[in-house]
Amino acid sequence: MKFFRSSSNQTATPAVPQKLTRRSSGIGEISRLLNSEEGLCVLDMGSTSASNIRFFTGKGHKIYSEDLLWSSLDPALRIQDSAGNPVLDSKKFLDENLVYPNARFDVVLCWNLPDYMEESLVKPTIDRLWSVMKPGGFLLAFFHTRDAGPDSICYRYHVTGTDLLEMQEVKFAPPGSPASEKKSPRLQRVFNNRHIENLFRDFASIKFFLARDAIREVLVVR
Amino acid sequence: METPQTGEFALIGKSVVIKGELSGSEDLYVDGHVEGKIELRNNSLTVGPNGNVKANVTAKAIVIQGKLEGAVNVSDRVELRKTAVVTGDVTAQRIAIEEGAFLRGKVDIQKEPGKASA
Repeated sequence: MKFFRSSSNQTATPAVPQKLTRRSSGIGEISRLLNSEEGLCVLDMGSTSASNIRFFTGKGHKIYSEDLLWSSLDPALRIQDSAGNPVLDSKKFLDENLVYPNARFDVVLCWNLPDYMEESLVKPTIDRLWSVMKPGGFLLAFFHTRDAGPDSICYRYHVTGTDLLEMQEVKFAPPGSPASEKKSPRLQRVFNNRHIENLFRDFASIKFFLARDAIREVLVVR
Repeated sequence: METPQTGEFALIGKSVVIKGELSGSEDLYVDGHVEGKIELRNNSLTVGPNGNVKANVTAKAIVIQGKLEGAVNVSDRVELRKTAVVTGDVTAQRIAIEEGAFLRGKVDIQKEPGKASA
């Protein structure tokens, strides 16, 4: 696993926000499930997306929207461990987020959350997702390959077709901060395949899709 | 969206704080603070840019520009403008969300009776 914590704060943000389109094998597989079953529960863990809400509700499914990356930036989560080091309070985080009954969701769209979320929250979040997903449910996550650098743009994803995504750069201010403090989240680390398999070791199966844009799509079955 | 003319809407201005149950048979514009429950079964609710509503809402339609915390049950259309911050589950026949709106909760689109998919 490669960490980027010590890298500079300079960003490679382009002057004009980019909107790019990419094909997604993971969304293609999920679309097949959406088309074959009715009344599924979908959890979208990205920023609120009208496209995603339209796409899933248009097929007769329920969608839950919860932006965990934004929630993880809440200054109230910052505490100190016994050695006085700053850490995030994962218990408080999970008391306030992802609070659902067990086995609620058929599909979880994790997007690139694990790559951008603070390290101490990643495993507890994946463990909680295991609990709130139905057995046989699908989870889709995107991981950067080792070719990605710390200034890799953080995108949000809009589903625009059965295997098509629109990518839009994410910029936001942490909870409670003024909009003028908007900035792009920074890539925290790059997982290798073994770390990804460990992260999802409690799940039933895992499938990797390699893409050309330094991203691995990972489709996990609960 | 401009502040509506009074007479067309009942208006709760931005300095007004209401705690309790609100119900009525005319459209309502809330730019103040309402905490409790809002029932406008055959009418619409607009939460203005300064509006802060902590209530379960039942209405025919709702337009949100400010903050709303609570379950939203609408028989027709929900509109979240770009400044909307909504925490709660939304049930409606139709929903429109502007870029920049924030929603945390479930969206459940109920088909119009008679138009339900087979």
